[in-house]
Amino acid sequence: MIKTVAEVALPVDEVLRIKKRRIMPDGSDDASKRISIVTGIHGDELEGQYVCFELARRIEENKKCLKGIVDIYPAMNPLGIDSITRGIPAFDLDMNRIFPGNSEGNMTELLAANILKDVAGSDVVLDIHASNIYLTEIPQIRINRLHKEELIPLAEHCNVDFVWVHEASTVLESTFAYSLNSTGTPCLVVEMGVGMRITKEYGDQLVDGIFSLMHSLGMWIGKTKTPRKSIVSENVEDVCFLNAAAGGLFIPDVKHWEKLKRRDRIGRIIDPLSGQVLQNVESPVDGILFTIREYPIVDEGSLIGRLLKKEVMAV
Amino acid sequence: MKKKTIYEIKGLYRDSFRITGFEFGKGKKSLCIVGSMRGNEVQQLYCCSQLVKKFKQLEEEGRISEGIKILIIPCCNPYSMNTQKRFWTIDNTDINRMFPGYDLGETTQRIADGIFSQIKDYEYGIQFTSFYMPGDFIPHVRLMDEGYSDVVTALKFGLPYVVKRTVRPYDTATLNYNWQVWNTKAYSLYTSTTSRIDKKSAGQAVLSILRFCKSLGFVKYQENGDHPSKVISDKELISVRTAKSGIFEPLVKVGDSVEEGTPLAEIINPYDGLVMETLYAPKNGTLFFMHSDPITYAETGVIKMI
Repeated sequence: MIKTVAEVALPVDEVLRIKKRRIMPDGSDDASKRISIVTGIHGDELEGQYVCFELARRIEENKKCLKGIVDIYPAMNPLGIDSITRGIPAFDLDMNRIFPGNSEGNMTELLAANILKDVAGSDVVLDIHASNIYLTEIPQIRINRLHKEELIPLAEHCNVDFVWVHEASTVLESTFAYSLNSTGTPCLVVEMGVGMRITKEYGDQLVDGIFSLMHSLGMWIGKTKTPRKSIVSENVEDVCFLNAAAGGLFIPDVKHWEKLKRRDRIGRIIDPLSGQVLQNVESPVDGILFTIREYPIVDEGSLIGRLLKKEVMAV
Repeated sequence: MKKKTIYEIKGLYRDSFRITGFEFGKGKKSLCIVGSMRGNEVQQLYCCSQLVKKFKQLEEEGRISEGIKILIIPCCNPYSMNTQKRFWTIDNTDINRMFPGYDLGETTQRIADGIFSQIKDYEYGIQFTSFYMPGDFIPHVRLMDEGYSDVVTALKFGLPYVVKRTVRPYDTATLNYNWQVWNTKAYSLYTSTTSRIDKKSAGQAVLSILRFCKSLGFVKYQENGDHPSKVISDKELISVRTAKSGIFEPLVKVGDSVEEGTPLAEIINPYDGLVMETLYAPKNGTLFFMHSDPITYAETGVIKMI
C-alpha cells in the first residue's frame, strides 16, 4: 500500500508528495510492531534507495515470515533527489535542521511536522544517510550520547562495522533522529557509502542487518544472518580526524577500512600545475580508516579521513 | 586607517582566500563591524564599504576618540561572492554556522576560527546579516533574548525597530551568539535588501552606526533630532501566510501602514493569470517584511506585520 504522508502544491502545475509504502503480513492481524525505514532527507545521498528496494523485495519473497508492519519512506526530499541537491531546493535549507517542524509554520516546517507525525510511534526507525559527495563511509551507525543506552543494543543487530557514539550538540537538536529519540521513538542514524552513488555491497550488508533487527523484535521469523560484531566507540579520543594541510588534489594510496600503522602514507595532496607534492598525508596512529576522501579537490582544512584507533578495534 | 589581513588560505587555482579588515583609531578594542558572510550579501558589503569611507574621513579629521579602536571587516567570504554562491564554494557550508570555529577543523571551521580569534575581544560587535528567505525588511537591529547584549544599548542605533529574537538551536553556531558567549555585546543589523543595493537603507544603516558610536563616545559626530525605536519581540510579528503556490504579486510595500482588511498581495495562477488568492492585512499595522521573489510556495509566511 502506497500512501502520501505529506503534500503541498508547487507554483507551476506540480504537487510535491512525500510517500511511504506500507508492507503488512498477509492475512494476519499479528502486526503490533512497526519498523520504519527512512531515507533521502539529503537529496544527494542515494545509498538508502537500494536498501528500500532490496528490503521490500526480500520481504515479498518470504512474506509469510513477516510478523509486523514495515513502513518504507524512500524520498523525504523528492525535489532534492531530483535536482541532485543536498538541501531543499529553492529554500536553500538543510532538511535535517528543521525538525520537529511546525504544523503552523512554513511549507518546509509543515512537511517536516507531517512526516514526523507519521513516523512517530514506530518501534524502531532507521534514518539512512550516505555521508556526502566528498567522503566515503564504512557502514556505521551514529548515536547521540544522550540516547546510547537504548540505541546501542538495537544498533548491534544491524550488521554494521562500526557504532559511533558521539557527543550531544545543541545544533543537532533540529535533526530528524533527535526529534524522534527525544520523544520516545528510537531512531538509528546509518551512514554508509558516498553521496550520488550506490554501493550495492553496503546496501546488501545493511539489508541483512535490518532482517536481523526485525528478527530480534519478533517481526521476522525467516532465516537471518548472524550480524557482524560492530566496533563500538564511545570516547572522543577513539577517533582521529585527518584534515588537509594545503589545498590541492588528493590522491589516495590506501583503501577504505584498511588497517594502518602510524606514519603509513594514506595519500598525497598534489599540485598539478607546479608538479609539487604539497602534503604527504600520514596516519598519526595505528588504526583503521573508516572514512576516506572521495572527492579529490581539497581546500586547506578539508576532511581527508577518520581513523579509529587500534586500541578500540581490539576491544 | 590600517588595512590588515585577518585570515588567509591558499587556493589551488584561485588567488588566496583573504579576509581583509580596516582598523581605525588606536587603543582598546571597542567596536567590530562585520559585513557579508554569504556570497549574495551584496548590500551588507556595500554598507561596510560606506562605513570604511566614513571612518577614514573621521580618522583624518581627528574625530575618533582617544584610546578607541574600531575594526571593520566588509567581507568574510570573497570566494563565494566572486562565484555568486551563497555558501562556501566547495562544500556549500555556511561560515555563519561554524562559530566559534576550530583551527584544526574543516575549512569553514578554520575560517570561522580565523575570524573569531581576531574579533572576540571587542567590547561591541555589529554584524550586517540576511534572512534565509528572499525579501525586504524595515531596517532594524536584532538581539537575542537570552544573551549578553541589552536593549538599552540597542536603542542607541536609533533605528525604527529593535527586535528581540528567541534563541533557536542553530543560533548557537552563529557569530552573534558566540560573540556574546565571549562577553561582546552583539547586535545584528538588517537593512532593506540582501542581493541588491538599496542606497537609502544603506545610508540609514551608516547613520545608525555613527549614532551608536557617538552615543558611546567613540566618535565626535554632529547629529540632530530624536530617533526613537520601538522594541518588539519576534513572537509579536504577525505572519501572513499563503495557502496557494503561484506567482506572487505584492500590492503594498515594506514600511507602509495598512488598515485591517487591506489587500496586501495576490497569488496568481501561472497559466491563466487568474487570482487564486488575495492576502489581506489581518490587523491594522505596518509592513515589516515582504517576500521579494516573483514565485511563492504555499504555506509560506510571505509578509510579516507589526
